[in-house]
Amino acid sequence: MTQTITASPSTQAPPGLTFDAVAMRFPDGTQAVEEASFSVAPGEFVSIVGPSGCGKSTLLKITAGLIDATGGHVGIGPGNLGYVFQDATLLPWRTVRGNVELLGELEGMPKAQRRKAAQEAIDLVGLGGFESKYPKSLSGGMKMRASLARALTLQPSTFLFDEPFGALDEITRERLNDELLALFEREGFAGLFITHSIAEAVFLSTRVLVMSARPGRIVGDFEVPFAYPRKPELRFEPAFAELSGRVSECLRGAFA
Amino acid sequence: MPSTPAVPASDVDVAAPTAMGGAGGRIALRERGTSFAALVIPPLLVFLVVIGAWILVSQVILAESKRFLLPPPWAVVNVAFLDGHNRAELFTSLWLTTKAAMVGLFLSIVIGMGTAIAMSQAKWVERSLYPYAVVLQTIPVLALVPLVGFTLGYNFSSRVFVVVLIALFPVITNTLFGLLSVDQGHHDLFSLHKGGRITRLVKLQLPAAMPAIFTGLRIAAGASVIGAVVGDFFFQQGTPGIGTLMNTYASELESERLYAAVILSSSLGIAVFLAVTWLERRVVGRWHTATRGTR
Repeated sequence: MTQTITASPSTQAPPGLTFDAVAMRFPDGTQAVEEASFSVAPGEFVSIVGPSGCGKSTLLKITAGLIDATGGHVGIGPGNLGYVFQDATLLPWRTVRGNVELLGELEGMPKAQRRKAAQEAIDLVGLGGFESKYPKSLSGGMKMRASLARALTLQPSTFLFDEPFGALDEITRERLNDELLALFEREGFAGLFITHSIAEAVFLSTRVLVMSARPGRIVGDFEVPFAYPRKPELRFEPAFAELSGRVSECLRGAFA
Repeated sequence: MPSTPAVPASDVDVAAPTAMGGAGGRIALRERGTSFAALVIPPLLVFLVVIGAWILVSQVILAESKRFLLPPPWAVVNVAFLDGHNRAELFTSLWLTTKAAMVGLFLSIVIGMGTAIAMSQAKWVERSLYPYAVVLQTIPVLALVPLVGFTLGYNFSSRVFVVVLIALFPVITNTLFGLLSVDQGHHDLFSLHKGGRITRLVKLQLPAAMPAIFTGLRIAAGASVIGAVVGDFFFQQGTPGIGTLMNTYASELESERLYAAVILSSSLGIAVFLAVTWLERRVVGRWHTATRGTR
């Protein structure tokens, strides 16, 4: 399948994401992101944690081509780009199935193919049986699952997550984290995940980046050594607490 | 992508089994649980109270010599509806007014939605046309109606024109409001996946605007009946509409038939309103929860 989104067209970009001195200054002079350089390879799951308004989401929007960076370059490898928004952004007039089929529809996927892709994605996120429900009758967690299923229909090789579980309660969030991990292990995409939950970042990621308050700079870079598959109990192990503590300390430094 | 779940299918949210009992679900339950009696009895009681008050004023409070001001309900029924000639006159003119209102409403919807869509697609169209839409709404239509008569004559089309003058604005503003208040996240979603202008309009903006469009339609529907009656008032020449009859009956102190004419024209308004509400339920009822439903 051809590449659907290019932040800056480059045919020879390595797989995954490459950020090269990406900077963003808004027209009003606010420096949102300053010189961000890092890369995300396939099979890597990188989380960015940072205080609210530090430009984390801006970085994702630049990657997806929704806004243009004022400096630097984002290289996007071959394959589709998946984007999961802060809100589920389901169309309320479409059923779960209709919503999950939307991207295939927009991308011109033949009807039979997108129906099949939608059903597989719906089953994968555990929404089987809810295909003909409208979003208004779904819980927050189920809406997010539908949103995830929608992105999965294009079988993205690179996946961007913009604080997708921020609005959910703790129990639902942890459950969705477990499921997202399972998905990541199966699909092996390159994941870039924005959050302000340290525990979520450490639990999911192969690597955690810490971003400072505005102007957003990457001030910390932590390898997460825990092997996959990760069990939910990992959250309560001393090594997990120790690493979370170090990320937290770095984050507190980022405010200063 | 194999279709074996990465997680057991039963492993849905804690909230999943009770999802139907969420905020939306409870309302649906209450609506389904509302019996026919509960829907009909309260307005019926109000109706009886109004009729009672009418009879009271007509028979007890008003002196015999003043009774023509408010004849009792049975007199209205006897004179206006049981007398064949009078009934035929009333219903013939009601039909004319109905036709003017419906054709005018239809044109208002087509022109109004078309204008709003054009405005939503190009800022310069909105900037050029919107002030005149507002002017349309703010100048007293009553003052314009005689002018319409002078220029277009006193035929059916000038009645329709008056209806459009009154009913167009709510269609334009509500449609435009709906088209422009699409969620930014939805716009981003369409931008990410190459949603062009037409795709965006058809698959995103128009469906999202439907509840607002129906709000406009409900207002326009009521206004169209008023417009048609106002047109009748001014265009005394030609075939009489229900408004023409009101004018005639008032000047002849034919109060029974005057009340009948008023009742008929407001029934027309109610019928049009109910038709739009029914259509709204059919089109957006499945997915849209009206705010008044979430009390």
